[in-house]
Amino acid sequence: MSLSVDIAHRFDGFALEAAFEAGSGVTAIFGPSGSGKSTIGNAVAGLLRPDRGRIELGGDVLFDRAQGICIAAARRRIGVVFQEGRLFPHLDVARNIAFGARYAPAGAPGLDEGAIMAMLGIEPLMARRPRSLSGGEKQRVAIARALLMRPRLLLMDEPLAALDGPRKDEILPYLERLRDSGTVPIVYITHSVAEIARLADRIVVLREGRVLRQGDITDVLSDPAMVPLIGVREAGSVLIAKVTERSPGGLSRLEIGGGTLRLPGIEAEVGQTLRVRVLAQDVLVSLARPEGLSSRNILPAVVEEIRRGDGPGVALSLRIGEARLLARITADALEDLALRPGMDCYAVLKATAVARADIGS
Amino acid sequence: MTLDAAAYDALALSLKVSLVATLFSLPVAIAVAWLLARRRFPGHALVSALVHLPLVLPPVVTGYLLLLTFGRNGAVGGLLESLGIVFAFRWTGAALAAGVMGFPLMVRAIRLSIEAVDPRLEEAAATLGAGRWAGFARVTLPLIGPGILAGAVMGFAKAMGEFGATITFVANIPGQTQTLPSAIYAFLQVPGGEGAALRLVLLASGVAIGAVLLSEWLARRMAARIGA
Repeated sequence: MSLSVDIAHRFDGFALEAAFEAGSGVTAIFGPSGSGKSTIGNAVAGLLRPDRGRIELGGDVLFDRAQGICIAAARRRIGVVFQEGRLFPHLDVARNIAFGARYAPAGAPGLDEGAIMAMLGIEPLMARRPRSLSGGEKQRVAIARALLMRPRLLLMDEPLAALDGPRKDEILPYLERLRDSGTVPIVYITHSVAEIARLADRIVVLREGRVLRQGDITDVLSDPAMVPLIGVREAGSVLIAKVTERSPGGLSRLEIGGGTLRLPGIEAEVGQTLRVRVLAQDVLVSLARPEGLSSRNILPAVVEEIRRGDGPGVALSLRIGEARLLARITADALEDLALRPGMDCYAVLKATAVARADIGS
Repeated sequence: MTLDAAAYDALALSLKVSLVATLFSLPVAIAVAWLLARRRFPGHALVSALVHLPLVLPPVVTGYLLLLTFGRNGAVGGLLESLGIVFAFRWTGAALAAGVMGFPLMVRAIRLSIEAVDPRLEEAAATLGAGRWAGFARVTLPLIGPGILAGAVMGFAKAMGEFGATITFVANIPGQTQTLPSAIYAFLQVPGGEGAALRLVLLASGVAIGAVLLSEWLARRMAARIGA
């Protein structure tokens, strides 16, 4: 099931012109507010009719301005999870969840009801009214409601933006489970790189109504050119790491395809694959293998690409075997070390620099 | 005793007229309220003004316009008479007059309640597969229940009290078109009728207060049920 979008829309002095593809797994649409993310979401869901363009899902045309095709939202079978949940206040959780089930065609693929309830932990909430739910509970119910209609695509529009930090951390594992169940492709609209690092397989970078970049998140997030778009403090690469040795009280070992990370607080089993987000500003670069240093991660690397910013910072991508790590150093350090693409170096990372919330399944 | 019989006739007729007027105009009022609240179309302001017209016109003018339109010689009245439906000087005419006079109040209350429903909930219903009708029936309608109730009570109360348009359109025929207000008016015109008029005034007040209390109670229950 792949989604293909190529639309243009103009309103209130804002022009959106975006084309992208989303396949199976999680495709994140990333951009700051006002970049046109939600406009795209509404167009895909059928809640907005773009001025121009075409939207296709799994080979079916949902929208084609030129041909005058615009399938009604109710017939698109795209489950939408909105930022504010939009649960029906007059119905209890059980009825909210069951709302769309009757419209699902018989035999439509998808998880069965029991599996959805278990995955999202809905059972204890069934008799409650929406207004008595916490923000995180509301979003879990909204996700269950969207899944029970057996959608062909799940569209999540900033589903965590209205939640505070602890609530986000509480709901992220549910989203990871949903993604890993592989039942439905997900388009995930967000302005949070942290959420993307945890959840997304692919990313579409949106800025002022235009798609600047799209691709696998490991490639896009480790691209030095992305640093100004993401923000210097938020920029960082995502490493796919396999747990090889587990030490619950101490440092566990993780293979990243060309090096070994040693990180604390890993609860995953040996053999499990994790995603580890390493912020560019937490990575040091050294020409010689440092000695007598407290940092537990010293990885041999090759400088791949160097990109100077407008400010004093420089972003570099470092290749560690198959993995790519993004580092941010000062222009001054770059001069001093005389770094050039192709040079051997060492990437240094404090074991404690990786936050618990930046490690996902 | 004859006075009392006439009084109870008037009360029974008024209740019948008001109930029929409310029941028939309610679905139309909901449709018009939805149209005005949720749709933008050319002539929107005109429709809104037309709906409110009976509120601002002298009732006697509304009654006369009804007579011109729905009278035996009226454009619509003649047509309906060939179908066996007669309004002029019948209780049905009283119901029509009462319905028309109460209509703006109903539309107003229901429109406000529709505007208070977050349209994003209706969008959510659509994304879940509910078409426009299903979304309206399963989301909007339950949420505007209290508004519909308020509109119905307003319309009913207005119908119970309607006098000017009714007497102009269907006159004041005891047992046929003599509603409660018409009867009060009639009793006040005859010497010694004050006592009967006063009884009817008390009766009318009782019905009005009862309707308001009932609607308050229903609205509270409904609000609790929809979690508003």
